[in-house]
Amino acid sequence: MDKRMLEEKFFQVLMMASTFIVVGSLFALFLVVVLKGAPALSLSMITQTPKGGYYLGKEGGVLNAIVGSLCLGIGATVLALIIALPVALFLQKDYIGGSRFATVTRLSLDVLWGVPSIVYGAFGFIIMVYLGIRASLLGGIIVLTLLELPIMVRALDEVVRRVPQELKDESYAMGATRLETTIKIVCRQILPGAVTAVLLAFGRGIGDAASILFTTGYTDRLPHSLLDPVASLPLAVFFQLGTPFPEVQQRAYASAVILLVIVLLLSIISRLLVRKFTKYVIR
Amino acid sequence: MTLFKPYISVEGLNVSYKKCQALENITVAIPEKQITVIIGPSGCGKTTLLKCLNRLIDLTEGVKLSGRVLVDGVDIYNSRAVDATHIRRKMGLLSQRPFPLPMSIYDNVAYGLRLNGLKDKLKVDAVVEHYLKMVGLWEEVKHRLKNPAWNLSAGQQQRLCLARSLAVEPEAILGDEPTSALDPMSSQRIEKIFLELKSQYTIVVVTHILRQAKRLADYVIFLYLGKLIEHGPAHSIFENPKEPETQAYIRGEIS
Repeated sequence: MDKRMLEEKFFQVLMMASTFIVVGSLFALFLVVVLKGAPALSLSMITQTPKGGYYLGKEGGVLNAIVGSLCLGIGATVLALIIALPVALFLQKDYIGGSRFATVTRLSLDVLWGVPSIVYGAFGFIIMVYLGIRASLLGGIIVLTLLELPIMVRALDEVVRRVPQELKDESYAMGATRLETTIKIVCRQILPGAVTAVLLAFGRGIGDAASILFTTGYTDRLPHSLLDPVASLPLAVFFQLGTPFPEVQQRAYASAVILLVIVLLLSIISRLLVRKFTKYVIR
Repeated sequence: MTLFKPYISVEGLNVSYKKCQALENITVAIPEKQITVIIGPSGCGKTTLLKCLNRLIDLTEGVKLSGRVLVDGVDIYNSRAVDATHIRRKMGLLSQRPFPLPMSIYDNVAYGLRLNGLKDKLKVDAVVEHYLKMVGLWEEVKHRLKNPAWNLSAGQQQRLCLARSLAVEPEAILGDEPTSALDPMSSQRIEKIFLELKSQYTIVVVTHILRQAKRLADYVIFLYLGKLIEHGPAHSIFENPKEPETQAYIRGEIS
């Protein structure tokens, strides 16, 4: 076997090994969480709020955290999308694309992406103290929106940039304005990619614990208004793991499974919802 | 000294991209309701000239332009008098590769109508059918109008794009090497449609295929390295070219 064939083989093995590590560790994580949580998984986990003595191993569930996390995750993702989409569209070549302003915007978003979520939490906390707002669902949604924005804008930006200029030119050539072209052509064309961007951001938002630790608080009750503190699944995992009781620790893993299932379900549902439109996308 | 009624007149047009001069002092008139073919070796500015006619050139970064382009006697670069979108509506474009819009076959043709504010479903239906028939696509797609446009073959896509352009009722059709991505049969169909349409539209086609130029042209513009070398009625350019560059190109010595 000559040197080139050897190289070829070597790198093939290397790539396979890397892929295996990634996929394997994901499955391992999933497996551990499910195995550890399985004994505690019951209907009452998802239909009841914690009863007295829940954290000592008595009965109850994490409905408060499920509802809280859904409100936080969906609220923040919707808010982030409303802000991120115009930014991503504004970064098109047709608007400010090639300019220095666009480069600076992209750079700052990349930096923001790398900021640890506890910093967002601390920042949010300071603002809330300044404004005199206490830890609440609203505070959590706002901080999570900030947390989700960089990843959503950049992910949307990448898909918007992949829209061929020729396609937009076709629309311009028919006398469409920039806005008409952006809304009727670009937004349709990016739909599959946009769903991915939204799901990425949603995943980051709903899974984050540190940023909402100070801004959202935690409660065993269900939220009744935006200004109530709410529970969340990541923090439920954190608190339950922190107890010395094995049966409560099991419930922490069960809560993690619920979180994974929520993310999975929303991914599947949203992809099914847009499938009707994505079949028109030009490949 | 033009003997025809010009639909488009280009006067002293200069276009330069960031560094290079793409077109140099082009002055030429394009006759109404005839097929004008722009020929020349690649990189000579054919597409640039075409894009100047519907102001699509505006969208190119770092482009500088001087001179005048009169369409129907109106200077389209006099931004106070006209709006670019208005000009583009008057000029249908058919580009090198067919680019259907990300929607159904029906919606592709209806796109321009809806931009213009036509909402009446029956009227839109009628217009869509009319123009799909005009490009000979109706029989092939009438039972699957709701299918994605990209499912069509390249040749069908290009005819769909033509129908889409025609549906906004332009006065002129600009073709930028419209058959270069198509198979010979599809190319032939496009050419045939062009010949049928010239009684109603002013048609300008860029091509680098000399034989295609000969089949289509009533009037010929020959560009070489950004300069207008020669222009005139097809027979005089093809049979009796005056300039040495034109002669060399027609003989196939430069391409």
